[in-house]
Amino acid sequence: MGNHALARAMLETATQVVTAYPGSPTPEIGGLLEGVPENRRPYYFEYSVNEKVALEIAAGASMNGRLSAVFFKSVGLNVASDSMIQLPMLELIGGMVIIIGDDPGANSSQNEQDNRHFARMAHLPMLEPATPREAYAMYLEAARLSRMMRAPVCLRTTTHVAHAQEEVAFGPIADSPDWESGFDLANGPYWPIAGQVLPLKRRCLDKLRRFEVESDRSPFNPIIPAEEASPSRGVISCGLPALAVLETLHARSAPVEVLKIGFTHPLPKATIAAFLRAHESVLIVEELDRVMEQEIKAMAFDAGVSCRVLSRRDTADEMGEITPDRVEKILADAWPDQFEAAATHRPPLPMVRHPQLCPGCGHRSAFFAVEQVLEAGDITVGDIGCHTLGALPPHDLGRIVLSMGHSVSTGAGLALRNDHRRVVAFIGDSTLFHAGLPGVVNAAVNRHNLTLVILENGTTAMTGHQPRPGTGEVGAPIDLVHLLETLGVGFVRQVDAYNQKGVRAALREAMTYDGFAVVIAAHPCALQMVRERKRKRPGLEVPKIAVDPAVCTGCGTCVGEFGCPSFEIAEGGAVTVARDLCIGDGSCIQTCEPGALKREKPDRQ
Amino acid sequence: MKPRMDIYIAGVGGQGIGLVSEVLTRALRLADIPTIGCDTHGIAQRGGSVASHLRIGGPLFGPLIPAGGADLVIALERLEAERAIVGMLKPGGHVFCCDLQIQPALVRTRKAPYPPLDSLRQTAATLGGRLTMVPVDTLPDPRMGNTALLARLTASGVIEGLTAPRVLKALGHILPPSAFEGNRVVFESSTRCPDP
Repeated sequence: MGNHALARAMLETATQVVTAYPGSPTPEIGGLLEGVPENRRPYYFEYSVNEKVALEIAAGASMNGRLSAVFFKSVGLNVASDSMIQLPMLELIGGMVIIIGDDPGANSSQNEQDNRHFARMAHLPMLEPATPREAYAMYLEAARLSRMMRAPVCLRTTTHVAHAQEEVAFGPIADSPDWESGFDLANGPYWPIAGQVLPLKRRCLDKLRRFEVESDRSPFNPIIPAEEASPSRGVISCGLPALAVLETLHARSAPVEVLKIGFTHPLPKATIAAFLRAHESVLIVEELDRVMEQEIKAMAFDAGVSCRVLSRRDTADEMGEITPDRVEKILADAWPDQFEAAATHRPPLPMVRHPQLCPGCGHRSAFFAVEQVLEAGDITVGDIGCHTLGALPPHDLGRIVLSMGHSVSTGAGLALRNDHRRVVAFIGDSTLFHAGLPGVVNAAVNRHNLTLVILENGTTAMTGHQPRPGTGEVGAPIDLVHLLETLGVGFVRQVDAYNQKGVRAALREAMTYDGFAVVIAAHPCALQMVRERKRKRPGLEVPKIAVDPAVCTGCGTCVGEFGCPSFEIAEGGAVTVARDLCIGDGSCIQTCEPGALKREKPDRQ
Repeated sequence: MKPRMDIYIAGVGGQGIGLVSEVLTRALRLADIPTIGCDTHGIAQRGGSVASHLRIGGPLFGPLIPAGGADLVIALERLEAERAIVGMLKPGGHVFCCDLQIQPALVRTRKAPYPPLDSLRQTAATLGGRLTMVPVDTLPDPRMGNTALLARLTASGVIEGLTAPRVLKALGHILPPSAFEGNRVVFESSTRCPDP
């Protein structure tokens, strides 16, 4: 997997400090680094509280002479950017690799932002692998360049590069480096304030020029020739789209050459100019925004080449992943005399299957209780995490989502001078620590009139159960109630999320409280619990839940409104339980007023 | 160059399609057949539609199979089989599907009925797909459907180089010893199972 190749490359380059905040498509890098027992790691690794903190730790380590790396997902760069944007101005003597996992197609993100823009804004060099092999090789090169130039280098993967699987031949693991502290103010200044900024920016731009030279001599910008010598047409592409182009051209034996760019910022100017000169027309095939296109068109203008520079035609071409079938269309738009998009006649797609909360999830129990307290007109705000799934049917809760930690403040804004429509915001516990706390402090200080429901499952579940601060797994435990009270929250109640009566009571009280109120609906992640149970006691059979058909009125509350995926509608309409999905948690039992849901007797087997 | 084949594996998050692609990858490597692929990660893993792409033989480019380009669709669930066929099956391609339904929210909220088996058969037929349904109700555990399907697929000879000893060896590498024996029994009995 691309992510595993990156982790391996870290070991081979003796990367000493690695930090991260988990987010798809990057968390498997950490999975591998975490797998080595702590006392046997030649590196320091941590999941930091958020991306900005992670980046700062890696930056500090690099200032101290240690080669460092940080990784996070696409939108994580927005969080980290406040500090990241300064880094290229500073002498990072140890070297530092910033790995960003972009998500074209928004497989697991709230947008599909193209972080190639950030490289331009921050004057940050960027390499973009197309395969796990390239991810591995480019990390080695990024580390080398970064140390040589004493500047951060960014490695941008995308979802299906990070998760692609192929065999990669590795080199030897480096010897453990020494941990001498190399920080020296003489390498500074490290405080780009006012009058210091311009000289530092000058040095940064000079470095970028030198990176451009490196880009032009980089082995990562190969020209893949066509079978026919000196064809009149060429394609410039990068990353996965370049492979899609090569696949399509190969399938059609089309005489088109491809310049596949891996060192994408700064672009290899001389290489590109020569490629343009060698062809009558060149098509730029990139994913998401028109980043290379704008720069290459400007280069063509400056170089005064006669080559016609073509690009993707439609707005739709700027969205989603560029797969081989989409390349056919882009090629046909550009060169209709040579290519034809295949007409497709396919049957209609069947009904959609949305992701949903797992069986036994405490969030479901809490959501069900919250729904019973809400009145028409009340507004709910969601956040990022597993609980975002509450926005889907049957709960339809928290259908306002911007970013990690936004819910309390967006909710506070919605609640302003809003006496009739009560506002409830949701947040998960990992996200609370990531970016929710400033909003909590703000809401408490300014006495914003809303209720925050913290859906606490004790972990970062969506990305694979990385620890969150304060569970005691890493570092000291943090008492959430005490923390919130210390931050000035005047109303805090904690209740087990499986106790729906308790959640309802706490929420009713919170919603009549004048000011900022917090309800913590806590229950450990069911998925994590089940996995632990399987690992520790394989083959253990727990009593499942069954529907007593003599009592069931067929009202559908359990299956339709509570919505645990273990409930099914049998042929004929009766509600049944899928025994292989049910984990026997029993959080559903209280949702059935007639009392038809019962725990199986253990001897049923 | 080994013959090229694109395999699209579909299912519901939590069913373990990653296991199927991993077994195939390892078994094919034992036959010196190169593979590239990728699995779904992230939010869809929570009970949504998930898919793995597995491309074998050569030459290989990117890991994603073009729409309508899969020579073989493997589905662990009927509705996901239908979705995979519509989106990915090459006309005339093979489909192996566990005869299992997992109801999506729309069915459980009684907004739509779960499509009957005939719907799947028709969808496959529209594209000239050759559909093999793999029964799972006779298995000791419905989650062993993966193994039963792998057995039928191996016995069919649709994937050149995929042999029972290689698949069993791959399963042995991946599964914990406690789970392997049960799956081996299912694999061997399903290999002999006649077409329904």
